[in-house]
Amino acid sequence: METETKDRQPTLSDRTYGWVNERFKLDALVEYMSGKVVPVHGHSAFYYMGGISLFLFIVQVITGILLLMYYRPGADSAYESVRFIVSEVEFGWLIRSIHSWSANLMILAVFLHMFTVYFTYAYRKPRELTWLTGIGLLGLALLFGFSGYLLPWNELAFFATRVGTGMAGAIPVFGKDILIVMRGGEEVTGATIGRFFGLHVAILPGLFTVLLAAHLIFIQRQGISEPLDWHALPESDKKHQKFFPSFLLRDLLVWLIVLNVIAVLAVLFPDGIGVVHWPLGVKADPFAPPPAVIRPEWYFMFAFQALKMLPAHILFIEGELFGILVFTVGGVVWTLVPFLDRGRAGDRSRYFMAFGWLVLAFIIVMTVVGYVVE
Amino acid sequence: MWLNEVKGAFMRSALAVLVLTVPAGTALAQADNCRDCHMAIEDEDGPAHKSVRDIHIQKGLGCVECHGGDVSLEDMDEVRAAAGYRGVPTHRQVPQFCARCHSDAAYMRGHNPALPTDQLDKYRTSVHGIRLFEHRDAKVANCISCHSVHEIGDAKMPHSSTHPANLAQMCGKCHSDADYMAEYGIPTTQVEDYTGSVHGIALLERGDLGAPACNDCHGNHGAAPPGVSSLSAVCGNCHAVESDYFDGSPHKAPFEELGFPMCETCHSNHAIVRPLDEMVGTSEPAVCLQCHTADDGTVAFATADTISRALGQLVAAHGGADSLLSEAIEKGMMTTDEEFRLKEVRQALIQARTLVHSFDADSVLPRVELGLEKADIVKTNAAALIDEYYFRRKGLGFATLFITVLVIALYIKVRRVDRRLRS
Repeated sequence: METETKDRQPTLSDRTYGWVNERFKLDALVEYMSGKVVPVHGHSAFYYMGGISLFLFIVQVITGILLLMYYRPGADSAYESVRFIVSEVEFGWLIRSIHSWSANLMILAVFLHMFTVYFTYAYRKPRELTWLTGIGLLGLALLFGFSGYLLPWNELAFFATRVGTGMAGAIPVFGKDILIVMRGGEEVTGATIGRFFGLHVAILPGLFTVLLAAHLIFIQRQGISEPLDWHALPESDKKHQKFFPSFLLRDLLVWLIVLNVIAVLAVLFPDGIGVVHWPLGVKADPFAPPPAVIRPEWYFMFAFQALKMLPAHILFIEGELFGILVFTVGGVVWTLVPFLDRGRAGDRSRYFMAFGWLVLAFIIVMTVVGYVVE
Repeated sequence: MWLNEVKGAFMRSALAVLVLTVPAGTALAQADNCRDCHMAIEDEDGPAHKSVRDIHIQKGLGCVECHGGDVSLEDMDEVRAAAGYRGVPTHRQVPQFCARCHSDAAYMRGHNPALPTDQLDKYRTSVHGIRLFEHRDAKVANCISCHSVHEIGDAKMPHSSTHPANLAQMCGKCHSDADYMAEYGIPTTQVEDYTGSVHGIALLERGDLGAPACNDCHGNHGAAPPGVSSLSAVCGNCHAVESDYFDGSPHKAPFEELGFPMCETCHSNHAIVRPLDEMVGTSEPAVCLQCHTADDGTVAFATADTISRALGQLVAAHGGADSLLSEAIEKGMMTTDEEFRLKEVRQALIQARTLVHSFDADSVLPRVELGLEKADIVKTNAAALIDEYYFRRKGLGFATLFITVLVIALYIKVRRVDRRLRS
C-alpha cells in the first residue's frame, strides 16, 4: 500500500494537504480524530439529534443572512420589508419559509436532543459542562425564537410580544426594569424592534457560536457517551464505528434527508401549518384591539398555559408570580441535574428518571391543553 | 388646652348637626304631593308611574312645570284653584302647551342648550300643523302623538318612541291604519314598504342607525328636513354625489317641467330596493323604458345601451379578476397588492354606477375603462401568481429529486466505506 502511495503521482488534494500540514501540523489532529469512535447499539439514532440541531442552526445562519439583505428594522419599515421579501424578492418567500421552518424544527431537535441525553444519563460525569453548555444553547435558541417572532411587526407578533414581555414584568423587584429594558420603554414600540433585532442578529448569534464551539469541543474531547448497560459489558462485546468517516457520512446523510423535509415543508406550507404558522397578516397597530386568541409560539405554550391556569392568588403571592417562581426553581434544578444526580456510572436513578418523565409529561400535556382549550 | 378641647367639641357638634339637618331640609323641599297621590291612586300604566322614565322627570322637572298647580297642596280641589294651574290641555292646545318651554330660548338654554326652540314654528308649516291649526282637525298628530305623554325620551334613548329604530312603528300607528287614514286619501303601505326597503332593512334588521328613518326624509317637526326645499330633493342629503350628477344631467329640466320627483321617478319612494345595473338599459327591467322608446327622437336609448354594456363589461371583468385572485389566495400565494388593486376595480365600478345619474355615456365610460384596465392588471398578476405556484411545485419536485439522488449516492458511499473498513 505504502509502495503504491509512493509510486503514484501526488494529486492536487495531496499537495494542498501537504502544504497546509507543513504549516499547521495537521497530521497530529488527523491521527487524533481518526481514533475517534461512536458506539453502535439499538439507540444509536439518538446520536444524530445533536447533528440535526447543528445542521438546522447552519440553515438558520445562511437564510438569516439572506433575509438580512432586505430586512429593515423599525416600526415604519419592518412589516413593509418582510412583505417586500415575500412578494417581490426572487425566492424571498422560500428563504423566509425555510428560515421559519428550520427555526421551529431546530427547537424541536434541540428539545429531543436534550431529553435523549437526559434519559440516557449522558449528562453524568464527566459531561457536566457539556450538559450546561447544551442548556445554555437551548435557552439561546428559545430567545432566538422569541426575538425573531416580533421582527415582521405584524399584528399577531405585536400582541404576542406584548403578552410575553408583560410576563417578565411580573418578576418581583426587577420585573418592571426588565420589562422596560426588553421593550425599550413602557410599551412595545419601534424601539422594541430595534432591541429584538440587535439581539436576534448580533448578540444571540455571538453567544450561540461561543457556546456551540465549547459544546462541540467538549464532545470531541470526551467522546460520545456510551449506553448505561455497556458498563457491565466486556470490551469485546462493545460495537463501535469510526467517527471519521462512518459516522460523519451518516450524519451528512441525515442532514440531506432533513434538508429534503425542509424543502417540502417550505414549498407546500410557506406560511406554516396548524399551530406552527407565521402568516404575515396585517401590520401591527398598537391602537387596534388585540385578536381574540393570542398564542405564543408552540414551544412557549406549556409555560403560557400553565401560568394562565393558575388562580389569581396562591398563598400570599400572585398566581402568575408563583408560576414564574416554580418555573425558575424547576429550570435551575433541571440545569443542575448533573451535580444533583450522584448515581454511579452504570446505575439508574429512579428519582431523576421520574423527574424527567414528569417534566416531559407536563410539557406535552400543557401544550396540548393550550391548543385544545380556548 | 382645656379651652381648645371645648372649642373642638363644639365644632364637631356643629358639624354633626349641619350634616344631619341639611338632607332633611332638602327632603322637605323636594316633597311632591302630585306624584305621591297619583302614584297611589293610579295603576302601573298611569302617568305618574310612566313618568319615572320621562326625560323631564329625570332632568329634575316635576308635574307642576307642565300642569301648573302647587306641589305642596294635598287636596286636589285646592290644587285646581291654585294660581297657575293648567291641568290637562286639549289636543289642539298641546303644541302651545309644550312650546311654553320649548320655544323659550332663554329657558331652554338653562336646561338643554343643544335643543332647537323652533319646533312649534316648524310644526305650523307641516301638514300636521296646518291641519290642526287651520282645519281644526283633531286626528292629526301633535307633539304627544309622536313623543308620548309621560314617558317622553330623548331620541337617543332606545325606549323612546322617537328613537330611529322605533320611528317607523310610531308613525305607522296612524299611517298604517287604513280606517284611521281613510278620509285623507293617502296610501297606508308606507311602513310596510319601508320595512322591506334597502333603508328599512339596514335600520331595522342590521341596526344601522345611519340608515334613514321616516323623519330623515320627511323632517321632524316641519314639512321637510332643514335645508331641503322639496321632499323630492331630500335624497340628496345623503346621496349628494348622485344628486349633483342628476342636477347636471339632461333629465333635470324635463323632470322639473313635468313635475317628476328627481329620485323617486326611477327608484320609487318608501319601497326603495338595492339598485341593480339592469335598471339602466333598453330592455326590461330597465326603468328608462318608463319614459323612453327607441324612436322617441332622443339619444336616451343609445346612451342607456352604451352605459348598460359598459357596466356589464366592468362587472364581468371584476368577477373574472376576483375569481382568478381567489384561486391564487386559495393556493397560498402572497396577493396583498392585487387585493388592493381589486378594491380599486370595485371602487371604479361604484363610481361608474354613481356616474350613471349624469345620464352621460362620456362621463361613465372613462371610469369604466379605468376599472377595466386595473382588472386586466389583476388578472395578469393573479395568473402569474398561479403559474408561480405551479413553478414552485415543479421546482420542489426537481429539488427533492436531486436531494434524493444525493441521499442515495451518499448511502452507497457509506456502504462502500463500511465494507472497506470491515475488510
